[in-house]
Amino acid sequence: MTATKEPLGQKVQKQVSDLVDKTQGSQAWNSIFRPGSIFRKGYTDSPRNRSYVIMNSVLYHLHPVKVKRHAVKVSYTLCLGGLSFFLFILLTVTGIFLMFFYRPTASAAWQDIYTLQTSVTFGLLVRNMHRWAAHLMVLSVFLHMCRVFYHGAYKAPREFNWVIGVMLLQFTLLLSFTGYLLPWDQLALWAVTVGTNMMGYTPVFGEQVRFVLLGGVEIGTDTLLRWYVLHVLMLPFVTVIFMAIHFWRVRKDGGISGPL
Amino acid sequence: MTEIPEHLRKRAEEARKKAEAAAGGGDAAPAESAPAAAAGESAGNSEAASKIPAHLLERSKAAKAAKAGTDVATAPAAAAVAAAPAAAAAPVATGPGGHTQRLLTVVKSGSIQDVKSVPQDKVHVWPHLLVAEFVAAGVITAFTLIFSIFVNAPLLELANFNETPNPSKAPWYFLGLQELLTMFHPMVAGVTIPGMGMILLILAPYLDKNPSQKPEDRKFAISLMTIHLMFWAVLVMIGSFFRGPGFNFVFPWDAGLFFEL
Repeated sequence: MTATKEPLGQKVQKQVSDLVDKTQGSQAWNSIFRPGSIFRKGYTDSPRNRSYVIMNSVLYHLHPVKVKRHAVKVSYTLCLGGLSFFLFILLTVTGIFLMFFYRPTASAAWQDIYTLQTSVTFGLLVRNMHRWAAHLMVLSVFLHMCRVFYHGAYKAPREFNWVIGVMLLQFTLLLSFTGYLLPWDQLALWAVTVGTNMMGYTPVFGEQVRFVLLGGVEIGTDTLLRWYVLHVLMLPFVTVIFMAIHFWRVRKDGGISGPL
Repeated sequence: MTEIPEHLRKRAEEARKKAEAAAGGGDAAPAESAPAAAAGESAGNSEAASKIPAHLLERSKAAKAAKAGTDVATAPAAAAVAAAPAAAAAPVATGPGGHTQRLLTVVKSGSIQDVKSVPQDKVHVWPHLLVAEFVAAGVITAFTLIFSIFVNAPLLELANFNETPNPSKAPWYFLGLQELLTMFHPMVAGVTIPGMGMILLILAPYLDKNPSQKPEDRKFAISLMTIHLMFWAVLVMIGSFFRGPGFNFVFPWDAGLFFEL
């Protein structure tokens, strides 16, 4: 029994490893995975390949090849900046999903959300994730700011990156606030009413800003369209530009601050 | 063969002829006197022009003289005596001590090349940093996913302009402002105070002139920020959990929660 089984197992194993070798040796595979990719045939853990992993990846080359040893300590950064960025990505992905099922009009918005929750596969789950990740992002961006302040990391040469960071905090709040209106339920309507009433008290141009943002003197279907466009397009667009500058400046200013 | 420019080649040829004439050709007297004079002149020149301190120059001359075996009375005399025999033996265009090279300048390390006195302790981003980032991203995704399975996002009834909920609350991060509205004029609470806060926050790196990053050197900055953060945290807490119908103060354990995320 075992005598017949073992050769069979070995045969299958050999065939699998042959297939892996053939795939990894193919032109297509090697054209996709650049030198240093851990998926390439014969990847070894060498300093050269460790550098290639970063240099030859469009995503990872946000990072330098090497960083100060203290910079990789989780206890220093608490990962807050990275988590904020990751939550932004998670929100983009879940948000795109939600956009397929949502129309920003006063007559359709609430019904669309209701249908999404009751009739769309994973609709409720994805909406929940979008909502909770949004609150988490506000929290993590805020905590990131606290962390940076307590480490004195805003000091020269990082002054301007701090300014960009404060702008990003405000964009985060605006992203969250514009999204708040979109379900068009009682919570959304009245929370936004309270918020925008405060805005109207800004001296000189407060009333005008409020009028432009609401698309009228009161919240209505025009407001919904405006805030939808702000929420899914304009604010993310501006935020991405600011994030790009923020990350670029982190490296140009000599990596993260410290050690203390 | 490299190409030598015409004028340089001519100049070199002339110099070579002159040298041959001085060394082999004519009688001994002019041959010896001319380089000696030249040497003396150049020594005088260098003494005037160079930035070598006078006492060091004297010392080096004395040392050379002693080496040459001459009995020295005064330093300038020694220089002349030393220069003459040396010049006789040395090839053309030598310096005062018969040197064929001169030290032009000393380039300190670090002025051209960035020499790091303390090598920095660095690690590869892959795997040291990326692994931590993957784990963090995985944990936050798992947390959001599991939380979303068990807790639903609120969806109240359809928006109704004719029915104002009591209390009406802003999103939680604006509840500090709404709380301020109960104490101040709307312009002060909604614009002046948060506006000043934001401007101060943006200007923080330009106002804080203290270069140190150590917590023990920044007691004032840290205290100020902590007070600022606590101020908002307390206001948000009160606005979120301690405000009931009519935005009146209630205790959540008595009146229940009036809070939606």
